Amino acid sequence: MAPADNQDTMRIDDHPILGAAPPRRTVTVIVDGEPIRAFEGEMIAAALAAAGRRHLRFTGKHGQPRGVFCAIGRCTDCIMTVNDKPNVRTCVTPVQDGMIVQTQRGLGKWA
Amino acid sequence: MAVVGAGPAGLAAAVEAAARGASVVVIDENSRPGGQLFKQIHKFFGSREHHAGIRGIDMAVLLLDECRRFGVRMILESAVYGIFSDGVLGVKGGSGTRLMRADRIVLATGASENALTFPGWTLPGVMGAGALQTMMNVHRVLPGRNILMIGSGNVGLIVSYQALQSGARIAAVVEAAPEIGGYGVHAAKLSRAGVPILPSTTVQRAFGSQSVEGAEIVALDERWSPIAGSERTLAVDTICLSVGLTPLAELAWMAGCRFSFVPALGGHIPVHDWNMRTACRNIYAAGDITGIEEASTALEEGRLAGLSAVQSLGLVSHGEAEGAKKDIRKRLSALRDGPFGIVRRELKDPFMKGPWLDDVP
Repeated sequence: MAPADNQDTMRIDDHPILGAAPPRRTVTVIVDGEPIRAFEGEMIAAALAAAGRRHLRFTGKHGQPRGVFCAIGRCTDCIMTVNDKPNVRTCVTPVQDGMIVQTQRGLGKWA
Repeated sequence: MAVVGAGPAGLAAAVEAAARGASVVVIDENSRPGGQLFKQIHKFFGSREHHAGIRGIDMAVLLLDECRRFGVRMILESAVYGIFSDGVLGVKGGSGTRLMRADRIVLATGASENALTFPGWTLPGVMGAGALQTMMNVHRVLPGRNILMIGSGNVGLIVSYQALQSGARIAAVVEAAPEIGGYGVHAAKLSRAGVPILPSTTVQRAFGSQSVEGAEIVALDERWSPIAGSERTLAVDTICLSVGLTPLAELAWMAGCRFSFVPALGGHIPVHDWNMRTACRNIYAAGDITGIEEASTALEEGRLAGLSAVQSLGLVSHGEAEGAKKDIRKRLSALRDGPFGIVRRELKDPFMKGPWLDDVP
């Protein structure tokens, strides 16, 4: 299954200071069963934001959505289950081709 | 010498020490050294000797080149979880933990962003201004298109302008105080771009089911209370918080350093002398941990700390060290100039010159 064509709308391709985005190899990560295009070496949270995805987990008690808050690995709001490992900080964890990323509920479950 | 934190203060300390023959390791929890410099795509202020006109991203490259040249060792993706007696540091890396020992330690751990709580603040789309800056300038992704910025200090103003450069819209910058907090030059750039900067205004709530779909702002009276009837709803998908920073001083607490509470510098900071030495005599501190300032001052404080540390190890002559430190202190003083800088200088000077540590052997 190939990633949908309407992805990457949030990418900043041209920038007045930083210039054109450097070419990078594309990989595919599977997010809740759907393939999403990502760039090799970029953080999971960045790939998800590029695809327009904002909620990354739901709280255990009230099921409230949470997303990226600090983006530097401090707050742990962006944690998801990655390759069956829960509580992975997606803002500081790079993607890998074929990685399985799942929306987490509460503290998640170890496979 | 062990340096904790690879931002401007830590790298500058490492360079000064390694250039004079110290064996230096820099430990940082990120995969790439440079701290927040790689997000700072704006030009620094100050004179040429402060590297004014250089962007933070270029400054990081210069510092890292110098680190390589002088043989500074980087231990990345590793967090210092504790400091114990005799200069022992606990380090947690990818594969486990280990203990390292250093004759001198420089704490350059920086700061973390403050949060602001209001109904809806936990919704995806509410984030730190630093988070927006990281997503845009490092990851090159916009986390939203239509942004409300809370706080008009330099971080709020600069990140707002950078959001415009990335193609986003800033619906407004709101400021609870009656006056804009940051430099006029940054505010003017936003005003010229048509961004409203609203003083005596704050955010009251965020709306949205799965993520932010709007924000309610409200005017504040002279006693900072919301004025009933002044509420306005803005259709935004992102709310950014730039409401100050707090020094990351946990390691200094743990080591038993003496502290002082200085709200205008961000809260509790380790007391230090004008060599950046703390009450724990083998530990130095530099950058935002010693009071929230800017990358340019962090860099100079780092130089001071690195130099003082190698001087105490006997690696540099008294004359050379004192001469170099005099120049650095002159540059620091010049950076703490102007209506904003003066306030910081008046807060920092007592540390630099005061007798607070005279009783410490």
